[in-house]
Amino acid sequence: MFAFIVSRVLQAVPVMLAVALISFAMFAYVGDPVAIMLGQDFTEAQRAALVSDLGLDQPFFVQFLRFIGNAAQGEFGLSYRLSRPVAELIGERAPATLELAFCAAIIALVAGVAMGVYTGLYRNSWLSRLLLTVSLIGVSLPPFLVGILLILVFSVWLGWLPSFGRGEVVQLGWWSTGFLTWSGIKALILPSVTLGLFQLTLIMRLVRAEMLEVLRTDYIKFARARGLGNRAVHFGHALRNTLVPVITIAGLQLGGIIAFAIVTETVFQWPGMGLLFIQSVSAADIPVMAAYLVLIALVFVTINLVVDLLYYAVDPRLRIGRAVARGR
Amino acid sequence: MAPILDVRDLRVEFPTRRGTLTALDGVSFAIEPGEVLGVVGESGAGKSMTGAAIIGLLEPPGRIAGGQILLNGRRIDNLPHEQMRRIRGREIGAIFQDPLTTLNPLYTVGDQLIETMQTHLDLSGGEARQRAIGWLEMVGIPAAAQRVDSYPHEFSGGMRQRVVIALALCAEPKLVVADEPTTALDVSIQAQIIALLKRLAREKGTAMMLVTHDMGVIAETADRVAVMYAGRIAEIGPVREVVKDPRHPYSTGLMASIPPLDRRVEHLAQIDGAMPRLSAIPPGCAFNPRCPHVFDRCRVERPELLETGATRAACWLYDPASEKQAPEALRHG
Amino acid sequence: MALARLLDSDLFWSFRRSPVTVLSALVALVCVLGAALAPWIAPHNPFDLASLNLGDAFKPPAWDEIGEASYPLGTDDQGRDMLSAIMYGARISLLVGVCAVLFSTLLGVTIGLVAGYLGGSVDGLLMRIADIQLTFPSILIALLVDGIVRAALPREAHDQIALFVVIFAIGISAWPQFARTVRSSTLVERNKEYVLAARVIGLSPLHIMATHVLPNVLGPVLVIATLNLGNAIITEATLSFLGVGVPPTHPSLGTLIRIGNDFLFSGEWWITIFPGAALVAMVLSVNLLGDWLRDALNPKLR
Repeated sequence: MFAFIVSRVLQAVPVMLAVALISFAMFAYVGDPVAIMLGQDFTEAQRAALVSDLGLDQPFFVQFLRFIGNAAQGEFGLSYRLSRPVAELIGERAPATLELAFCAAIIALVAGVAMGVYTGLYRNSWLSRLLLTVSLIGVSLPPFLVGILLILVFSVWLGWLPSFGRGEVVQLGWWSTGFLTWSGIKALILPSVTLGLFQLTLIMRLVRAEMLEVLRTDYIKFARARGLGNRAVHFGHALRNTLVPVITIAGLQLGGIIAFAIVTETVFQWPGMGLLFIQSVSAADIPVMAAYLVLIALVFVTINLVVDLLYYAVDPRLRIGRAVARGR
Repeated sequence: MAPILDVRDLRVEFPTRRGTLTALDGVSFAIEPGEVLGVVGESGAGKSMTGAAIIGLLEPPGRIAGGQILLNGRRIDNLPHEQMRRIRGREIGAIFQDPLTTLNPLYTVGDQLIETMQTHLDLSGGEARQRAIGWLEMVGIPAAAQRVDSYPHEFSGGMRQRVVIALALCAEPKLVVADEPTTALDVSIQAQIIALLKRLAREKGTAMMLVTHDMGVIAETADRVAVMYAGRIAEIGPVREVVKDPRHPYSTGLMASIPPLDRRVEHLAQIDGAMPRLSAIPPGCAFNPRCPHVFDRCRVERPELLETGATRAACWLYDPASEKQAPEALRHG
Repeated sequence: MALARLLDSDLFWSFRRSPVTVLSALVALVCVLGAALAPWIAPHNPFDLASLNLGDAFKPPAWDEIGEASYPLGTDDQGRDMLSAIMYGARISLLVGVCAVLFSTLLGVTIGLVAGYLGGSVDGLLMRIADIQLTFPSILIALLVDGIVRAALPREAHDQIALFVVIFAIGISAWPQFARTVRSSTLVERNKEYVLAARVIGLSPLHIMATHVLPNVLGPVLVIATLNLGNAIITEATLSFLGVGVPPTHPSLGTLIRIGNDFLFSGEWWITIFPGAALVAMVLSVNLLGDWLRDALNPKLR
């Protein structure tokens, strides 16, 4: 178990290093940070001072090491656009994004798995056919369009739900939450449905495909031949085997939620990290982009690690002494 | 004694887009308590289909379109799903071909045994576990008390098939349908598994329908044997008679294609042609295009199983009313 | 002759058997024709500033009481005809989508062939990069590439080549899928006897890959390319919606939706909904065609 975790963590190191290198390269070579920081009027002495201050006169390797050291402490410098520490900006925005992503993930996973199991078990029922047809349209609908349609129906026409912002938030230490007020919860509904819907259709189709595949296997036939009840066969034997591949891909899909949060936050003017990122891209605000990139990579690496651990918990074949190569 | 299983005129159909295929047609046989009936034939002859129909697990869209299946005198082919489920495992056990794929990889063998027993028998968790260990010992798994908590992938193929046998027998059914139980195993393991099956069937008094294409297994294990061809029974009778002295021309060809152990032969006989596809079964006797003794009646009229003395064969050569009678060679081997 | 053979083929047979596929092919055809022929068949030229009249702004669709027949789908805030704007917009969307897919196909197939044929550490490195990139959603990669290029270039220069930047960003985000498929087919083909024979008689690796290996991987590549076209169009629309895609001087469907989004609350829904519907129709029909092609060419390909 311990060796398994260590090997997985070690595999994540090169990924993080590669991402850090890209971020650093953005810092070092894209645009001229010194010119941006100094503004219009500066003397050559000021410039030289800032260059040595930032360590830009040192060898590439030293600069990179320093970048990693700073990044590990959450230190990414000042935003070009807002002239505030990047860490502070991101810290303010993170709770909004995380609460949104959490709700979307719950919607996508719970509804996606339930609908996938249903359509897999009752493949010929009218409801399954309906769900499949709708899901096909679902994967062809860009999330931002889903958001716009939801706003049109529920905010503009029906006037039931707010179309932008987080509503009232409650401050819990440094964390601001929208879960504790009625307006906060109402504000969460449309964005999290928008964000969850695309992943929901993907997870549903995936679970269905895996379910159909597992139901065809010999061990399911043998379980039936031993007289086990439908519930034991479907949920004990079939669903558990379905979960093995589903966990992997669902993990990747959750990563997709973080990425598409950028789009959703733009549609709903949700004050999260995604909106911050897109504003930074438009303004070429490199420090924020770099920090966001490193943070996202960290989230992805963590998700992958959790997926591997879940895999390990579900599939006993991985628990034998030697490492088993896992095909995706 | 009343037969434990009585199959009467069973007909299985597969509706397809290009018309309905008849996979089994007029299959009738019975198995006495404690008896082992071997079922042989080429692949596609309907051996496995017959087994699947008996345990009520035909692959959709296949369905029983006619005939009856009686278990201990009670019809089971038209039972509601839930009642048929209670019979599976409890009254009819099943053994499948490939032990590598018939065990759920995510559950320990003990869990799978316990789940099966608790589905059918009124047992506490502790009792079920004790019995699970007992069954593993009975099928010859060493250190059963420890191995009960192992996962299927921790066993070899032969050991897994022993576990499958334990699973099929653990709710103590009086009939077991074994579908090619040794085909996927190493030759060296096959004999052990057959010996185990034979021993357990005798000890428990379990009747068995043993589906295989391996005549050696049949000769060694079965009391009686049914030869199937194109979804029909060609010949059925005591195993000695059918192997040594087959009456149906197809059985004759089938037996001649087995290398004898007691003498040297230059080359083995083979039957010309191939079994017809289900969509193109000829009228009359299904074997008529390949039969060396074919005559006019065979091409028009379908033969029923006729008494030939020791066995019953679906062949017009044994109808006294036919214009052609079985040659001496067929009658006496 | 070639047409007769096409009409007789299995592929065409399975095509005709599926009404959904025929319908989506028709929809796709209408989209492509409408987009390609926009300058000739569109009722107005939305880029001809002289012909725009602010008095015509915010006209609802023709079937509305105050709509006008000459603007069948209404007009936007500048008095542009929505139907024409959509046709010109679809032109940009399709152009970017097709070019991006061509780019990623070219990149992915080349990398896949090289990795599969050479094997060893080259293969290991390339596939490791593909693995890492596949962990990140393509929209994120495209955004990032676009952001970096945007930051690296001065603003004026960027607007001129924005179209190419978007194509590059979307294209580079999708290559690993192609590379992986091509690589695995190449590995299979490489060890077949005819390839060994070609090597023995001294043909150059480049020649062997081009003439022997490549034709064998084209089927799956075609399927992935079709399925990716829908994705590429969505990604372009998303980037443009976020305001970092194609420049507003040449609005794509995504840009139109973004512009219309501002008028959603004042009741002018048609400025958003019609471009959105056009986008969905285009992507859905392409996706359905891709699904059909996958099943028809190779039922096992997932």
